[in-house]
Amino acid sequence: MLLSISWRNIWRNKVRSLVIIFSVALGIFAGVIATAFFKGLADQRIQKVISTELSYLQIHKPKFLETNDFTDYILNADGLKEKVSKIPGVTGVSERIVIQSMAASAETATGVLISGVKPEDEISVTSINNKIIDGEYFKGIKRNPVLIGKKLAEKLNVKLRSKIVITVQDINNNITSGAFRVVGIYSTDNNIFDGSNIFVRYSDIQKLTNFPSTAAHEIAINIDNNDKLPIISQKIKEVAGADLSVKNWKELRPEMNYLTEAMDMYMYIFIIIILLALLFGIINTMLMVVMERTKEIGMLMAIGMGKIKIFSMVVLESILLSLTGGIVGIFIGGLAANYWETTPIDLSMWAEGYQQLGYDAYVYTQLDYIMLVNITILVIITGVIASIYPAYKALKNDPADALRIE
Amino acid sequence: MNVIEIKDLTKIYNTSEVKVKAVNGISIDFKEGEFTAVVGPSGSGKTTFLNMLGGLDKPTSGDVIIGGQNIWQLNSRKIIDFRMNNIGFVFQSYNLIPVLTAGENVEFIMQLQGKPKKEREKRTRELLEAVGIGDRIKSRPSKLSGGQQQRVAVARALASRPKFILADEPTANLDSSSTSSLLELMSQMNKKYNTTFIFATHDQRVMDKARRIITIEDGKILSDEHFDRK
Ligand SMILES: Nc1ncnc2c1ncn2[C@@H]1O[C@H](COP(=O)(O)OP(=O)(O)OP(=O)(O)O)[C@@H](O)[C@H]1O
Ligand SMILES: [Mg+2]
Repeated sequence: MLLSISWRNIWRNKVRSLVIIFSVALGIFAGVIATAFFKGLADQRIQKVISTELSYLQIHKPKFLETNDFTDYILNADGLKEKVSKIPGVTGVSERIVIQSMAASAETATGVLISGVKPEDEISVTSINNKIIDGEYFKGIKRNPVLIGKKLAEKLNVKLRSKIVITVQDINNNITSGAFRVVGIYSTDNNIFDGSNIFVRYSDIQKLTNFPSTAAHEIAINIDNNDKLPIISQKIKEVAGADLSVKNWKELRPEMNYLTEAMDMYMYIFIIIILLALLFGIINTMLMVVMERTKEIGMLMAIGMGKIKIFSMVVLESILLSLTGGIVGIFIGGLAANYWETTPIDLSMWAEGYQQLGYDAYVYTQLDYIMLVNITILVIITGVIASIYPAYKALKNDPADALRIE
Repeated sequence: MNVIEIKDLTKIYNTSEVKVKAVNGISIDFKEGEFTAVVGPSGSGKTTFLNMLGGLDKPTSGDVIIGGQNIWQLNSRKIIDFRMNNIGFVFQSYNLIPVLTAGENVEFIMQLQGKPKKEREKRTRELLEAVGIGDRIKSRPSKLSGGQQQRVAVARALASRPKFILADEPTANLDSSSTSSLLELMSQMNKKYNTTFIFATHDQRVMDKARRIITIEDGKILSDEHFDRK
């Protein structure tokens, strides 16, 4: 009955209650949409980085990532690749020769990072083959084909089939160069990456540098589900042995992981700020409620309603008031976010700036259901906090006094 | 048998300017089944007196003993329960919870008492029929006339099976026909359930119905008369 009294009490002053419900709904709606949007943005960014640049897991010699020392390679990479491929959940393994170099066109030169890949294997790990905007993925040029980013093509002022001279130090520290031809130009939305990464065939760079033919600097691994990351990485560690380092994408690019964590935290702060603003509106309303009902509360106390029940009645009313708004907001926000999960939000109008940073022009929102539950809890907490002072005021009523006032 | 025994009851209000002796040393008993009016000019202390009997206003000194229990020795939580289980209230106005129907208002007090649902519903129907508005059980107070609302209040007061019912000017807001029918009703209920009724009033018609009239002036009992009435 207490619940039903509280609920019906809300509708005694419809306009006032609806104003509160509407503001809570609006605030929570904004919170849900913003949360889903930024989570989608972050996840999309991470997914893209994993699929184009990073892969889920990589194996190196322990020091290689710091020093990039050309001689710091995994000797029997072919054998290791075989073993890793057999681990359940692993969907692709690619050996890479990684080397810093100078790339020169007829006009200018710049430093680049070369990845020497086996084209068939690389497809199973990254999706660079899908990012080709001009030319084809290692097809059409027989000798020394090279895949370069759009940004680099602009920098070097080269086109498809243009010649690029690559100068590297070989395995014996001798300077050596080779002429490569642009077989394809890719674009990943990340201009920094596109401006400094080029792909050549493993065999071409191996010959150019006299690199051991079964070795590699880097073994990149793709898996079928991010949730399996810990298990699979454990198995790979067993296969790789102690003198190799196995790192997942979070370790390889810690800032990517911080991105999600920071995003989550900002979202909670954002929602708490919204709720804080709403809090005062609710307190104000509940105070009015308690003042208006002085006589009624006095009567209830007189006929035998205890303090705990009076207190609960006010708290319940406040919770129901905020929760109604909260649920409306979550529901509408959820519906909208759900819609944008499949129909992306088009930011192409402002895409220039985003793309510089590696973000997409189209954002698919991502609803986090745990977040929705937490928002609901936060709304309830807000309702409780908002009601404490008014409920305390209600208890201060003295039935004799309350009933005396005319 | 005495339902209420009052010994040397005094209430002094300390306002900023003066001390008001609202009730000044009243000693009196009430017996089971009484139908008693407390009368007196405005400001004579009727409400204060009733509130102290009802456990709503703490006396400055003196005792109120109900069914052997000195109620003002109870702590504030126990006194709320005591009111709920032993005293029925009918006020001048604001008797009912506006968001509850007539039936729910009557049922509510029994729910506070923790009575089982079946019993609550049965008694609610019985009482509302007894007070003559059985057909309005689903109406909210705002849809009832003032007289009907007071009838619901009487039913609500009876619902908890109290030792006595206190009514502070229950007819003050009613027109004359509603007043006489409410009085008729209370007197019927008094006979039917043998429930003690004590009411404060200015109203001559109420006094005419009473079988005992206690007149108060300046917080003291001026007279205490018994009448034989059918
Ligand atoms: N809370 C209070 N503080 C100070 N004085 C009070 C308070 N309540 C009542 N009084 C005073 O006590 C006296 C008795 O008041 P009470 O309300 O009991 O009279 P009453 O007989 O019920 O009057 P009425 O017929 O007008 O209802 C009055 O002088 C009144 O002003
Ligand atoms: Mg009075």
